[in-house]
Amino acid sequence: MLTFMASDSEEEVCDERTSLMSAESPTPRSCQDGRQGLEDGESAAQWRSQESEEDHEEEDPDRYVCSGVPGRPPGLEEELTLKYGAKHVIMLFVPVTLCMIVVVATIKSVRFYTEKNGQLIYTPFSEDTPSVGQRLLNSVLNTLIMISVIVTMTIFLVVLYKYRCYKFIHGWLIMSSLMLLFLFTYIYLGEVLKTYNVAMDYPTLFLTVWNFGAVGMVCIHWKGPLVLQQAYLIMISALMALVFIKYLPEWSAWVILGAISVYDLVAVLCPKGPLRMLVETAQERNEPIFPALIYSSAMVWTVGMAKLDPSSQGALQLPYDPEMGGVKLGLGDFIFYSVLVGKAAATGSGDWNTTLACFVAILIGLCLTLLLLAVFKKALPALPISITFGLIFYFSTDNLVRPFMDTLASHQLYI
Amino acid sequence: MTAAVFFGCAFIAFGPALALYIFTIVTEPLRIIFLIIGAFFWLVSLLFSSLIWFTTATLIGNKDEPREKYLLIFGVLISVLIQEMFRFAYYKLLKKASEGLKTINPYEKAPSMRLLAYVSGLGFGIMSGVFSFVNTLSDSLGPGTVGIHGDPPQFFLYSAFMTLVITLLHVFWGIVFFDGCEKKKWYTLLVVLLSHLLVSALHVGSYFPNHGSNPRPLHWKRRVLTTRLPKSSVCILMNFPSVNTPMSLKPK
Repeated sequence: MLTFMASDSEEEVCDERTSLMSAESPTPRSCQDGRQGLEDGESAAQWRSQESEEDHEEEDPDRYVCSGVPGRPPGLEEELTLKYGAKHVIMLFVPVTLCMIVVVATIKSVRFYTEKNGQLIYTPFSEDTPSVGQRLLNSVLNTLIMISVIVTMTIFLVVLYKYRCYKFIHGWLIMSSLMLLFLFTYIYLGEVLKTYNVAMDYPTLFLTVWNFGAVGMVCIHWKGPLVLQQAYLIMISALMALVFIKYLPEWSAWVILGAISVYDLVAVLCPKGPLRMLVETAQERNEPIFPALIYSSAMVWTVGMAKLDPSSQGALQLPYDPEMGGVKLGLGDFIFYSVLVGKAAATGSGDWNTTLACFVAILIGLCLTLLLLAVFKKALPALPISITFGLIFYFSTDNLVRPFMDTLASHQLYI
Repeated sequence: MTAAVFFGCAFIAFGPALALYIFTIVTEPLRIIFLIIGAFFWLVSLLFSSLIWFTTATLIGNKDEPREKYLLIFGVLISVLIQEMFRFAYYKLLKKASEGLKTINPYEKAPSMRLLAYVSGLGFGIMSGVFSFVNTLSDSLGPGTVGIHGDPPQFFLYSAFMTLVITLLHVFWGIVFFDGCEKKKWYTLLVVLLSHLLVSALHVGSYFPNHGSNPRPLHWKRRVLTTRLPKSSVCILMNFPSVNTPMSLKPK
């Protein structure tokens, strides 16, 4: 989900506590993550899907507050919103592009992530059946199971959030980040070293992973430079996307992508949707969104920190600038965009045109979603438009454009 | 082949486009967005033309060689037509967008139509070049020998130059096209369409084996095309009000 960050909303809640809000504020997403972490063998996919829910939920409170300062004439607010609209779009294009580049580069070079090595427990039906109908049925069943788990988790999350189980949520979030930052990074590093045949001894490896993980935990859950926090969020999104790409069977992946964008649309926009309810609850309580699972494109606490803690480091030292509201995009959106592009790179028979077409389609979808955000000024799901464009372009480029371009290139015809 | 060919061809094909992007587009977020939308429009036009080619090929059937050739030529012609149609559609969209921007931000300087013409041309050009060349480029990294069966060994180099030419030509065509639309000189659109067809058709000549298998480098064509363009387009190339000129070159 996409939301604008409101400078004025932060004004009210900016106090000494807000500087540590990131470590303590509850999020629906973290709740889901915590649950994930507690259950052993829970798939990263699950975690990720829940993450996307949380993304939506977390973005909603910010969504309802537009950029602008109280006391300003509304027309001026709107102008400022639109004036900085293009900048916000680019502020989101860059991290989404970076995440996709990391995923595509890994897919194309490290063969581990394209090898079939089992499936997640959330997609129990195998796709190794000879008949097309059976395969399609299996993928639809896999999708149903995955989506129902996601819905259950989201509803559980809403319930937990309503009953203020903040410690629970927070602990869960910490567990999930630990798993991502240490375990998945270790696996990723191992595979990259294997691919390039670089030998690394265990002490060096331990030191590297420990430093990477520890700094990541500090940056994401506590305080740190904004750029570093953004970089870590991009990296963990890429790691999650890679896990999804590896463990989701082909057809199931495409059906899941379609289903999750439909679910996103329903959950965020319907009045009784779980994500919308979460947003409204967060707004009633006037709680800021937990930054650990949402990518923020700009500073959040500007007024409070500048006043109360002038010696604080990094992100908290910006002078108050009412126009510096930013846009927030949930990490689940990053992950699913990267899954789409990564799958296109992995299965497109070595074709780069398909990958590039999906990439452009997703960026255009994101652009349109941001345009709608500027028009409607409320929380919007970021998945539907981009994933729809991505899917349309994947299938059409793979089946129609690829033979055409290949034939043209082999005869050196240029259009 | 190896890295030398890969990097050489990559920089030949995409170097100027990258330089144009870095020095003129990357500074302004709005231009980046218009560039990507331009790329998207080219992509959609390619999609439609592939669809038409594919359905025609499936309906007629391309079992024999000459039929396949004629189908491909037909595909090329249709593709050029559809690309120019989408260029016109993009012009219409940009016209509406710039009017909208003007009404919303009357104090803010909206990008001029010339700049948008340049950006849209670059968007089309980059996407066209990338789609034509990136698969060939990735193949050049791999093991193999070019021309082992008697084909010309300069295949990669030639393709790289051709991609460069096409990219720059799209920029020029975009500028001339939009200028023609702005001034309602419809013959300009026809000139753009015909020159695009000419460039694509030039290669068809070498497609037929009795004309020799070594296609000439065609970058001289680009120079001919640009000098034949109306004077206004050359002036448009020189005067970019929105592009920052270095202080030393600014007129007093």
